Amino acid sequence: MNITLKVWRQKNKDTKGGFKTYQADHVSSDMSFLEMLDVLNTSLIKKGEEPIHFDHDCREGICGMCSLYINGHPHGPLQTTTCQLHMRTFKDGETITVEPWRAKAFPIIKDLVVDRSAFDRIQQAGGYVSVNTGGVPDANEIPIPKKIADEAFDAAACIGCGACVAACKNASAMLFVSAKVSQLALLPQGQAEKKERAEKMVAQMDSEGFGSCTNTRACEAECPKGISVTNIARMNREYFSAMMTSYEVVVGGGE
Amino acid sequence: MKLESKVPEGPLAEKWTKHKFNLKLVNPANKRKYDVIVVGTGLAGASAAASLGELGYNVKAFCFQDSPRRAHSIAAQGGINAAKNYQNDGDSVYRLFYDTIKGGDYRAREGNVYRLAEVSVNIIDQCVAQGVPFAREYGGLLANRSFGGAQVSRTFYARGQTGQQLLLGAYSALNRQIANGKVKMYTRTEMLDVVVVDGKTRGIITRDLVTGKIESHSGHAVLLCTGGYGNVFYLSTNAKGSNVTASWRAHKKGALFGNPCFTQIHPTCIPVSGDHQSKLTLMSESLRNDGRVWVPKTAHKGLKAKEAASIPESDRDYFLERKYPSFGNLVPRDVASRNAKMMCDEGRGVGATGLAVFLDFSDAIKRDGRKTIEAKYGNLFDMYKQITGDNPYEMPMMIFPAVHYTMGGLWVDYNLMTNVPGLYALGEANFSDHGANRLGASALMQGLADGYFVIPYTLGDYLANIGWNDKVGTDHPAFKEAIEAVNARVNKLLSIKGKKTVDEFHRELGLTMWEYCGMSRNEAGLKTAKKKIQELKAEFWSNVDVLGNSNELNMELEKAGRVADFIELGELMVDDALNRAESCGGHFREESQTPDGEALRKDDEFTFASAWEYKGENQPEELHKEELRFENVKLTQRSYK
Amino acid sequence: MKWIIDLFSSSLGRKLIMALTGLFLISFLIIHCTINAMIFFNDGGETFSYWGHFMGTNPVIRTLEIGLVAGFLIHIIQGLSLWRANHAARPVKYSVTKAPNSTWYSRSMGLLGTLLLLFLIMHTSHFWIPNRTNQFTHGEELPLYKMMFDVFSNPWIVFFYVIGCVSLFWHLLHGFASAFQSLGLNHLKYNGVISFVGTAFSIIVPFVFALMPIAVYFKWIN
Repeated sequence: MNITLKVWRQKNKDTKGGFKTYQADHVSSDMSFLEMLDVLNTSLIKKGEEPIHFDHDCREGICGMCSLYINGHPHGPLQTTTCQLHMRTFKDGETITVEPWRAKAFPIIKDLVVDRSAFDRIQQAGGYVSVNTGGVPDANEIPIPKKIADEAFDAAACIGCGACVAACKNASAMLFVSAKVSQLALLPQGQAEKKERAEKMVAQMDSEGFGSCTNTRACEAECPKGISVTNIARMNREYFSAMMTSYEVVVGGGE
Repeated sequence: MKLESKVPEGPLAEKWTKHKFNLKLVNPANKRKYDVIVVGTGLAGASAAASLGELGYNVKAFCFQDSPRRAHSIAAQGGINAAKNYQNDGDSVYRLFYDTIKGGDYRAREGNVYRLAEVSVNIIDQCVAQGVPFAREYGGLLANRSFGGAQVSRTFYARGQTGQQLLLGAYSALNRQIANGKVKMYTRTEMLDVVVVDGKTRGIITRDLVTGKIESHSGHAVLLCTGGYGNVFYLSTNAKGSNVTASWRAHKKGALFGNPCFTQIHPTCIPVSGDHQSKLTLMSESLRNDGRVWVPKTAHKGLKAKEAASIPESDRDYFLERKYPSFGNLVPRDVASRNAKMMCDEGRGVGATGLAVFLDFSDAIKRDGRKTIEAKYGNLFDMYKQITGDNPYEMPMMIFPAVHYTMGGLWVDYNLMTNVPGLYALGEANFSDHGANRLGASALMQGLADGYFVIPYTLGDYLANIGWNDKVGTDHPAFKEAIEAVNARVNKLLSIKGKKTVDEFHRELGLTMWEYCGMSRNEAGLKTAKKKIQELKAEFWSNVDVLGNSNELNMELEKAGRVADFIELGELMVDDALNRAESCGGHFREESQTPDGEALRKDDEFTFASAWEYKGENQPEELHKEELRFENVKLTQRSYK
Repeated sequence: MKWIIDLFSSSLGRKLIMALTGLFLISFLIIHCTINAMIFFNDGGETFSYWGHFMGTNPVIRTLEIGLVAGFLIHIIQGLSLWRANHAARPVKYSVTKAPNSTWYSRSMGLLGTLLLLFLIMHTSHFWIPNRTNQFTHGEELPLYKMMFDVFSNPWIVFFYVIGCVSLFWHLLHGFASAFQSLGLNHLKYNGVISFVGTAFSIIVPFVFALMPIAVYFKWIN
């Protein structure tokens, strides 16, 4: 296959970027998209040009490190991660435009590499159950109906790649945040902190500069792990009920 | 140098309990006076950093990825073992211990392995409490499956994404400590050196991968939780970023490297499709529970998966079932891998390259229905289809072994401390628990055991003994010296401006390693490999081409540093493989096999763990032997017939 | 009371406001549409005027009308401010945008809303504003039924009314179900009902509305 690539190049976050066109010839249809970029990069290095920087790691669709907005879709035209996208998906002679994730909350570091640390900060705001190591009950002490466990798993399958933000016309992080809020809201282990969790994670999400949710469902359509917008509705419920019913306990008894 | 394993005396089942009691404790009020550095945030690193933060230590955690959640533990699929015996099928701590020792072909320490089996039950409790959504039965209790050749169902799993769910659990615990201010997290930061002063580990040197800034961090102890070195083979199931650099730099600062040649080759990976191949994809070996492995009885060159149906049942050789009637397709990984290779060596391999065997689900689909198979393996089948374009519901999969895990790593004692005081290695980065071969679903177990339940005890003992004021600041000349050395190396890499790319060197190294130090090894081949690697090293340092600058994100520069370390490690692996003139577990020396081609151990000569000491640039490393004492199990020839 | 401010200034809270006011406006549409549809009795406006008079003079309804105006204003202002904030969340746009991963109208609620706002200005200046002004200044209502015939004799106006109704159709088609999602009312058992009712509503109401100027223009009603 022969492919024309239009790739966003940007030296660092402070300089202005732009598209550069490359020709990739003799591309095997069995290559993954990233392998195609590897081969292109080798040829760039041979010509003394700096290779295209892009994030990637596990290359088996689970670490969530790879990104790339390919021909108008995060992770390309299939509902999978870029590392699992193969060149057989494209036509010979096609022009492919590759852009970085675009969002105020995901500043560009270099070329196609963006900074997704906002996601970590949201998780740090409350995406956990406060248990210390040791001193926990036996694993089978709390039975969880299979359906609930399955639903929680569906939400927990999020790989934190940011495709939902990239896909959303508002660059909203609702699907990502709601996946964690949902997982822990469904499970009995998450009940103790469910109110604080919803409040804090939403507050952190807003402060990072993500947009709001217009319910276009673009995130769900593009999510490589098929996370459902049902989670967003659940987070809405959790958040509203938390905001309307939570209160600080004033300690006073027994003094 | 005398290697002290520090495994406590006494009955096996009481060792850890007794040891825990004998370990010194750090006063709760003093814990905040200690700084602990954790490198790597996979299962071992994240669980250790979180647990130590909870105890009150000041922790600095480092990862080279953009988030701790990306560590390669996330890619583990199958499950995690624990001796819970929830299934009432005869499991026990002792049985898990025994299976692990036997599976490791009697090249692991009894004491460590027993402790691993013992704490395995706590891991499951811990993960469930964190909200890890393990698979459950309709009654709401946890589900188990049999995995990787175990005769009992002791594997807990979360669909095909167990590693992901466990890592996200540890990541959430880590996040909680970051939010509490007890852990300071450094992402996109790579460790490039360890600083040792007066024989104690005092800190590390790092490079901020975004700005290129070289920085020093001091601490009372350093924990390396940096995973394995399978990427020395270039093609492996490891993540592209997985590397040996942290361990290797520690090795060069005096830490011994244990059993470097012990590599696990995983039997169920997707075969190589061409020269462009950048990594190999593993499919969970749970597939072998229902899939039947076969090749045609006679060679069919270039047989495609869609033509498999044309081979009648009578012309198929289900070689694992034939050779190992009692374990069948569920023999341990090393046995399954080696047999696949033998079939291909005989010319009976399938696929365009002839380097593949079939893994067939048609009988299972007939027996249980497509729906059941889909529920069990749906995501794996989808992944396979995505990568190869073939639909495994309609035709057999093609599989071939690939490098997956490295049992070797930094030598550590029972406390997980290397021979350098204050320097620890956890998880895959150490050599301790799996001997010469790791059983399925045991890597996750070991990573979390080390991080959650071992290091919080053993580290406290060291810290209490040295005292909180025994610390060296980053203004110490040793830090400055180390920074200069790191800078010099970075600048050297950028200044060579040769003709070959880093990847070209890496691929060449990988081919050599796979050819001569892969699934089977012999003396002549290993000697050839050693020579080739030495030549490659010389060429690398005179002909590598690394573009760009050191003060920016420069992924070629990162790779160059890692490949340089892989080359040196490769040579040590070859040395170790040469030295160990026996077959055991994943290490198969052709000179040492039974008449029917099974691995033959030589217990009289080789019942030891090798620990190699770095003696300086281009100097041969010195071998130290830690004798392995087996007081509870009898060494037997492994048999899965 | 800080929590109320926090709630309604959060992105979720602002969507809550959009959903609540949206559903309130939807309930208004039902009444508005029902009463206006009285013209189809073709009784010279008798029934229509009876109810028109009731709505224009009943003190309870007049009080509720203040809420209605507020509902419109909040929905509009909040909508515009969300549009601005959402725009700012992606300062650099993508160069490839023609790759639908969602329906165009769900992505165009701001545009459709703006069209509806323009329509609303035209529509209220035809009927509601002159009528209420007259009520305040002269104390009597204007003959709305007759005015309708005057206004809808102009084909351009009929055309713009139909455009308004089409915008309303698309706006409702997304807005109705979206409001439930924003409120967190998403349940496998009821999603089908919500979607069916929403679609039916967004077809029927704008259709009935559009039929009015058309029927008047073509003198199907006299």
